[in-house]
Amino acid sequence: MTWKNTANAVIIGGGVQGCSIAYNLAKMGMKDVVVIEKDTISSGSTGRCGAGIRAQWGTEMNCRFGLACVEKFENLQEELGMDCGLNQSGYLMVAYKDSEFDQLKKSMTLQNSLGINTRVVSYDEAREICPGLSAEDAVGFTFHDRDGHADPFLTTFAYQEAAKKLGVTFHKFTEVTDVKTVSGKVVGVSTSKGDIDAPVVVNAAGGYSQIVAKMGEVDIPNFSELHQIIITEPVEAGVCPPMLMSFTGNYYIQQRPHGSIIGGCSPDGHPEDYDLGNSWDFLEKMSKTFVKLLPRTKGVRVVRQWSGLYNMTPDRQPILCEAENVSGFYLSVGYSGHGFMFGPITGELLAQKIMGQEPWIPIDKLHYKRFETGDLIVEPAVV
Amino acid sequence: MADKQNDIVICRCEEVTLGEIREWIAKGYDTFDELKRVLRVGMGPCQGRGCRDIILKEIARMTKKPVTEIPPGTFRPPAKPIKLGVLARGGDGK
Repeated sequence: MTWKNTANAVIIGGGVQGCSIAYNLAKMGMKDVVVIEKDTISSGSTGRCGAGIRAQWGTEMNCRFGLACVEKFENLQEELGMDCGLNQSGYLMVAYKDSEFDQLKKSMTLQNSLGINTRVVSYDEAREICPGLSAEDAVGFTFHDRDGHADPFLTTFAYQEAAKKLGVTFHKFTEVTDVKTVSGKVVGVSTSKGDIDAPVVVNAAGGYSQIVAKMGEVDIPNFSELHQIIITEPVEAGVCPPMLMSFTGNYYIQQRPHGSIIGGCSPDGHPEDYDLGNSWDFLEKMSKTFVKLLPRTKGVRVVRQWSGLYNMTPDRQPILCEAENVSGFYLSVGYSGHGFMFGPITGELLAQKIMGQEPWIPIDKLHYKRFETGDLIVEPAVV
Repeated sequence: MADKQNDIVICRCEEVTLGEIREWIAKGYDTFDELKRVLRVGMGPCQGRGCRDIILKEIARMTKKPVTEIPPGTFRPPAKPIKLGVLARGGDGK
């Protein structure tokens, strides 16, 4: 691919955030948008994620984001021209403690007031929704039928292909080595393949966002955390169609439409890490969870195990803003495990901000200044 | 001849044909891992044992590079599929 050393915007990171931002900028009329990816598209956190999409959140902002994402995903194939593997079989939230169930119901009331039709379901109903389920020890369930999961690879590639058609350039195997600034303004980037001058640079570097921020003289308190996942061979549909999720149970499990079952959990002690290793301990622990929750899977084989980075912030809510002291340097980072589901909407909102428009859902609260002023976002519905 | 070749199933686990693989290599998905993500080649129970070499050779042919320069793609554990029930019994010795 030929190298052009100027652009109107350089996006660092070819995950769902970077590809969605690039597509939305081009759709809004920006020419010469370039995406720089150090490996290949969706090779990082996006391609390693659990793929869930939900509107069952506990703050008004996240409920609005979540519902907007569900609606985006419902129309994404039509908009981008490629199947994104959407499976809307709902999220079935499982509570094992009364306090946890109370919180789910409290969040449900908020969700209902915002047009999200979450409801409490009985154990019998839960077993109709998720035929393989065994959860006698659960105290309650909530369910939202428009939640679900999609294919993170196909979704990101769909953004890439649609963006290419609008003239966006993608450079894979290209690593950004510096974000260049001059008197409080971003002026471009240096990369392993050459420099690009640009008045807009976006940090969408996922697990490496804090490193890229620092290149542009911006300090953010993000850190990356290793999470692991397993996937089984494909089996008949209908074992676990919804995303089965519990905060105290510490798991999420879902069955893809082609039959494989995917499951993961949060690591003990939340270790800071850039390593992408796999552990036997996790494999054993997760297998125990599978067999307990979905007893009929005991004869199903695990075919693959992998890991990815959650880019965490202190309140486990994203940073979506322009840098405070470096104009033209934007950040879409720190999704703390929810970057894939939010990608279609946060990409559009940030593109609006870059184009000088008012984002149609306010994003002011997502500035990293909140970590200094103490205006943290208290979201109860995170693992 | 070329058309007939395109119908050959290369990844038998996920039933992906040579024609589909060629179509995506032509779109710039010219590494094994990118083809895996977009077509699911190598994601089935055999984990690419059957298709990986054939696909790497096809990438080399279409991109006019020696096959040794094509990244082989990621290999993930477990080496062979293991039943969840066996894993869940873990190290209790039974």
